[in-house]
Amino acid sequence: MIRPIFILLLFQLAGELLRAATHIEVPGPVIGMILLAAWYILRRREPEPALEQAADGLLSWLGLLFVPAGVGIVANLALLRAAWLPISVALVGSTFLTLLTTAWIMHRLGRRRAFLQKEGQ
Amino acid sequence: MTWPDLTQSLSPAVRAGLPLFALTLTLGAYLFGVELQKRLRTPLANPVLIAILLIGVTLRLLHLSYHDYFAGAQFIHFLLGPATVALAIPMVRALEHMRRGFWPMMSALLAGCLVGIVSGYGLVRLLGGDQTVALSMAPKSLTTPIAIAVSATIGGIPSLSAVLAILGGILVAVAIDPVLHLIRIDEPSARGLAAGTAGSGIGASRVIPQHTLSAAFAGVAIGVNGILTAVLAPILVPLLKHW
Repeated sequence: MIRPIFILLLFQLAGELLRAATHIEVPGPVIGMILLAAWYILRRREPEPALEQAADGLLSWLGLLFVPAGVGIVANLALLRAAWLPISVALVGSTFLTLLTTAWIMHRLGRRRAFLQKEGQ
Repeated sequence: MTWPDLTQSLSPAVRAGLPLFALTLTLGAYLFGVELQKRLRTPLANPVLIAILLIGVTLRLLHLSYHDYFAGAQFIHFLLGPATVALAIPMVRALEHMRRGFWPMMSALLAGCLVGIVSGYGLVRLLGGDQTVALSMAPKSLTTPIAIAVSATIGGIPSLSAVLAILGGILVAVAIDPVLHLIRIDEPSARGLAAGTAGSGIGASRVIPQHTLSAAFAGVAIGVNGILTAVLAPILVPLLKHW
């Protein structure tokens, strides 16, 4: 139990230090996540079971972890009231655009690939 | 004793045991939200939104500020860091399933990522919203912990980005089936990738039970879009501000 927590904290710490040292504007935990993924991909190893278990445990309660940050919205209610129209239109519009772009490009490229494979046979 | 009197007299007692109260309240409100979603079985009853609402009302009744609340809640908030690092594990696991089709996937992801940032920021500005709101909208497609971190980095309001990320995820979960049916896209790979890119975890929860391939693509999309946006948003934002 302690070892996987140590590994996660160690990679987060490495991310924070790298961020501080290089002044790149990527959040420390995200750099930590990239480093941990690269660690396993480059060594072509599967994550050890204990770490997988700890990660799954932590991620199954992920929702709880962003409640404290989310509650901060009560301090910004005036802002929400003033800008509800741009916020709601942009949220809906941008979410649909992202969804359609991703699905359509994957659909087109994926299909062309399948076609080329058939041709090659 | 009327209700306001009661809360007024409770307030000092709560203030004395503040960290403990805030922690217990957070866990209790979240568990209540989880139970409610089990009963109602709809993505609309999101446990995090329910918890935020319950805690917000409680703080108001007890005349406590967000600052008071965070004194206790910071212990939970701290775990966001290691949890974000832990997102690497499901991503690596899913990546193993897809050595083929890597480049179509990366192209679609990159396009979705750019469209998400630019249209989120641009639509808010176009409709007269201010800079801070637009910057909070830019990372709204990401999984909430990364949305919070990126928002803080580029000058948005992290709590607004958190709420927008959850609402966007709910929107994807509700709309993905009818929308993709309408444009006749039904491959599990495209569905999973789009759900994860546009709606992260909540959006993906809709397609994960449908097909194992959807689940794998959604898992990779959540992680890779988080990384792409974290890297690209700080570069894009100064350009967008100019325009």
